[in-house]
Amino acid sequence: MKKNTLFLILLIFTIFCFIVLFKGLSKDNSYKPNINFGKKLSSFEGKNFFNDQLVNSNELFNENKIYVLNIWASWCAPCRAEHSILMELKKNKLIEIIGINYKDNLKNAKKFVDEYGNPYSEILIDEDGTIAISLGAYGIPETIVVDRNQIILKKFFGAINNKSLKEINSLTK
Amino acid sequence: MSKSKFILLIIFYFFIFSSSSQSSSDDLVNKISKNIRCLICQGQSVYDSNSEFAESIKLLIKKKIDEGVSENDIYEYLKIQYGDWIVYEPEFNKNTFFLWTIPIFVFVIGGWVIFRKIKFFKL
Repeated sequence: MKKNTLFLILLIFTIFCFIVLFKGLSKDNSYKPNINFGKKLSSFEGKNFFNDQLVNSNELFNENKIYVLNIWASWCAPCRAEHSILMELKKNKLIEIIGINYKDNLKNAKKFVDEYGNPYSEILIDEDGTIAISLGAYGIPETIVVDRNQIILKKFFGAINNKSLKEINSLTK
Repeated sequence: MSKSKFILLIIFYFFIFSSSSQSSSDDLVNKISKNIRCLICQGQSVYDSNSEFAESIKLLIKKKIDEGVSENDIYEYLKIQYGDWIVYEPEFNKNTFFLWTIPIFVFVIGGWVIFRKIKFFKL
């Protein structure tokens, strides 16, 4: 009788483990970036790209506009690809684009902006990549759309395209 | 003690103190980065990885430690940015309930079975 009870407990436990592990097999365990919609952006500080002055993120979002934070570098090929989209986005007067220049050579970055145009109202230098980390980025290019209160509305991983352009522009309507 | 010897002694103690505080801060960076997952690598911690992402996280951890932020607050900060997945050791919550309780359950049941068996053989 006791043997049967023990056997039954072990059987139930084995079936339970089997179900849990079997369900786990079908679950996608690849990393999904944490998008943090509706959460406030962490504050950050960085040097101004053009005059080397220290800028706090709280000074950047003071108009009733949509702010697009774009993490880029001159050495990043997809950044080059999305640049024309950013130039297009600049035409919307209700949108401000803030650039975060990620681990770049300043000379090359300035050359990049001169060559392809400057869509950014402000560019901060992220010399060691820590600003990007405080924004929750895990690669570049990455684009984060926030409102005046620094609440995250959208996040784009990788280069933005025409579809992203429409999505960002629709936020101002 | 001559004045020059005294100055040399101060310099010596200054270096000893600064290098020991530096190494303790580095130890903490290593400890934390071993428990942080490199999100763009395959099965590597931030400590093990040399990727741009991992290097930036290490620098951020160092900056936070230098600012006096506690180890737990650094984990919390990174969890806010990247979610719970970034930390290797999951915290106890409703999603990790079975993960934490099943080993204890198995341990207790196993212990009980062994105890019963020993008792049975003694008799």
